Amino acid sequence: MFNVKKIRDMFPLYRLYPNLVYLDNSATSLTPQIVMDKMNEYYSQYGVNIHRGVYSLSHRATEEYDKARKTIAGFINCDPSELVFTKNASNALNMIALMYGDKYINEGDVIVTSELEHHSSFLPWLKLSQRKGAVLRFVPLNRDGRITAENFRKVMDEKVRVVALTYVSNVMGYITPIKEIISLAHRNNAVVIVDAAQAAAHIKIDVNDLDCDFLVFSAHKMLGPTGIGALYGRKRILETLDPLEYGGDMNASVSKDEVTFKDAPFRFETGTPPIAEALGFARAVEYVNSIGLKDIARHGQMLHQYAIDRLAGLPGLKLYNPGAEIPIISFNIEGVHPHDAATVFDENNICLRAGHHCAQLVSKWLECMGTLRASFYIYNDYRDVDKFVETVKEAVNFFRKVSGEHY
Amino acid sequence: MNNLENLYRQVIIEHYKYPRNKGLKGFSQKRLYNPSCGDDVTMETKVEDGIVKEINFEGNGCSICCSAASIATELLKGKTVREAKSIIEKFYALIKGEEVDGEDELEEAAVYRGVSQFPARVKCAALPWKALEQILDGEENER
Repeated sequence: MFNVKKIRDMFPLYRLYPNLVYLDNSATSLTPQIVMDKMNEYYSQYGVNIHRGVYSLSHRATEEYDKARKTIAGFINCDPSELVFTKNASNALNMIALMYGDKYINEGDVIVTSELEHHSSFLPWLKLSQRKGAVLRFVPLNRDGRITAENFRKVMDEKVRVVALTYVSNVMGYITPIKEIISLAHRNNAVVIVDAAQAAAHIKIDVNDLDCDFLVFSAHKMLGPTGIGALYGRKRILETLDPLEYGGDMNASVSKDEVTFKDAPFRFETGTPPIAEALGFARAVEYVNSIGLKDIARHGQMLHQYAIDRLAGLPGLKLYNPGAEIPIISFNIEGVHPHDAATVFDENNICLRAGHHCAQLVSKWLECMGTLRASFYIYNDYRDVDKFVETVKEAVNFFRKVSGEHY
Repeated sequence: MNNLENLYRQVIIEHYKYPRNKGLKGFSQKRLYNPSCGDDVTMETKVEDGIVKEINFEGNGCSICCSAASIATELLKGKTVREAKSIIEKFYALIKGEEVDGEDELEEAAVYRGVSQFPARVKCAALPWKALEQILDGEENER
């Protein structure tokens, strides 16, 4: 296990709340000092606009911004020209549905998705299919609630134009066999969009190796700032797409009746971007790289296994995904609404998520009114897990006590 | 009594387990939904001659929300619309932890003072009462 104490020292929130047990990392991660410092550096040392000024300060800001894009592109092994900055992963997924979907999807075409999708990976395609008269098709989940390549084969045929799937489920923590799925989809010339919002903080992503057509992720789930995300698009596809928004910086030349656009990625980024956030995003990537995704994954798995060993078989507890690869534990106290149970955790300074997790199709598949979800990251340790497990027991006992045996 | 015990008082659990006036009959209705947590409640009232003759509810959600709906149906029945609205105002003040003039008018519902210790749960208790308030204000759902 790497040095959690040292890592925690990097996160100012722990100085303010030393007893905080933060287990809501799938919603957003905490922010390390070095990311804030980088953003501060921009504002305090070269906080001017990019791509515009013909003066040294602007040149410096532009250099930093372009370098940030290069760093983030390197993180997923794509060319910087294939990496568009967006507001977040949701924004990126909507852009893809609006830019690619609107251009290439026709009546009767099939879009394959799944019940494991976050609303942001599902709703843009639901609305597009309604506009276009296209058909949504769901990969049947297996008994554990997983997307499998075998089940993907069953829904794949020549009518499928788009496959929009999550790399890691934000409720179940399962890794989708996305590489195999992409290869199967490409045999039928379908385009694959990968929602890597949960994956990016935990597994090494290589878009060349995956051979995906689009992939999106958010900075704030991997120690970066809020308000910025990334859209990877295969170059030869991006080049065919029209921008959604028009304005400053995205055009090449403008006359009274004509406009030409810059090449990707700039044509998709109009207006002054969140410059400090882009720099903070890149710094977060560097920090994650310095710790190493392999070690991060190992740490997460250790905490996860430690927690599952202590939770499995506890009476009054329902575990939905004990076999998850990514350290996400979805559970309920039997007979207790997740929001009632969450209050017990809140009383013990444990932050976790309760409800639908922006993925109501999963709740429906699990046939529950939402779940409690604990998700771990690099600053969590065994003590956090111990407190968490103790509170699970406390919650079970508490609701038994206040309600007689049958709450 | 700690904060948690103060929140999950016996009265609240009782109303959650054995809800009163559950099931809609088709009077004036209002459905309110909290998409972030899934609380989903529909309240209905029959008002005649300025008096709330009947209140029913339907829905599902956490115990705080569902019990608050159940308790409201009993407490506000038989009150004039004006009295009912005044009690609703008192309930809002109570769950926010404010001083309430005439708290005794809240009867059983006074146990919801414990909610004020849990800012994240105030909206759960308020949801059914908000629905009732909107019906009484004449903001009906189209049925």
